[in-house]
Amino acid sequence: MKYGLILLCLLSPLCVAVVETYNFENEVNRERYHQFIDELRCPKCQNQNLDGSNAPIAKDLRRELHRLLEDGQTDAQIVEYMVGRYGEFVLYRPRFNAETAVLWLAPAIFLVLGFVLIFMVFKRQKPSASTQGNSAELDADEQRRLRALLTDKDQPNA
Amino acid sequence: MQRLKLFLPLIAFVVVVLFFYIMVSRIGDGDYNPQELPSALVNKSFPAFSLSKLEEPSIQIEQKDLVGNIALINVWATWCPSCHVEHGYLNYLATEKGITIYGVNYKDKASLAQQWLAEKGNPYRFNIFDPQGRLGLDMGVTGAPETYVIDHRGFVRMRFQGPIDETIWQEKFQPMMDQLRAEQKAPGGA
Repeated sequence: MKYGLILLCLLSPLCVAVVETYNFENEVNRERYHQFIDELRCPKCQNQNLDGSNAPIAKDLRRELHRLLEDGQTDAQIVEYMVGRYGEFVLYRPRFNAETAVLWLAPAIFLVLGFVLIFMVFKRQKPSASTQGNSAELDADEQRRLRALLTDKDQPNA
Repeated sequence: MQRLKLFLPLIAFVVVVLFFYIMVSRIGDGDYNPQELPSALVNKSFPAFSLSKLEEPSIQIEQKDLVGNIALINVWATWCPSCHVEHGYLNYLATEKGITIYGVNYKDKASLAQQWLAEKGNPYRFNIFDPQGRLGLDMGVTGAPETYVIDHRGFVRMRFQGPIDETIWQEKFQPMMDQLRAEQKAPGGA
């Protein structure tokens, strides 16, 4: 019972059902419709896609999208239509251009930076590790100093 | 050097706090509005349309009827609470300042809209009746009220979302209006 309630709480935000239903000429258009409402952003409620939004403008855009799809417009034409009215902002998958270059390239740049950092850290550690590795065994002088330290227990070390 | 490394997390924290503090204070001052979207229509011609006039439904209005004057195009509806707030100031702009304002009555009922204008005064040169919000879509309207500024060639130069008041007029609209008037007067501007 308790787990059932928790499960319900977790699932309920996921099923924001869109009320209106549309008929499509074919299954491909239906698929494209769902793809579009998933990837187009509602211009009013800025962190929702068209699928999840109840704003009047989202409803209008879904209706318009349905009309365009049934009109036989291509994906590129539909994207052009939306961007022409609401700007690049409506695309959750922005097109690559001067304005969005940072968005697209940042992950790759950070990945490269990360590798460079790792490389530099390892490179710096290696020479110091090799010098210390060889001196694991103490030479005669060090052995003598060590013995002196161990026997001089009462002396505070400097 | 080793000491400095110890303080790196603190330095990063301070930088992040500073960033958030600056952003929040900018939002508080109204310098920056995260909800505001740049209009895709800026510096483009006002979209073509053919819709009936709210005041006289038998008359069709087209895009060319808006061209010729520097004007505001105000998107409003009787269901929109902020439009009530804004209406008095629009009346003031039209009567006292002589600003040309065209209205787009957006997704509204004609009878309610006509009654509204009769009761509250009509600041609009005329109103375009857009019950389905088709023109609204072409303009990139996301809700009412929204106000567009067009220049004398019929190009959209600015879009403002939300109600206009004196402060907003002085800060955002007045400089744009001055600029457009200068452009109109300049040789070759007509």
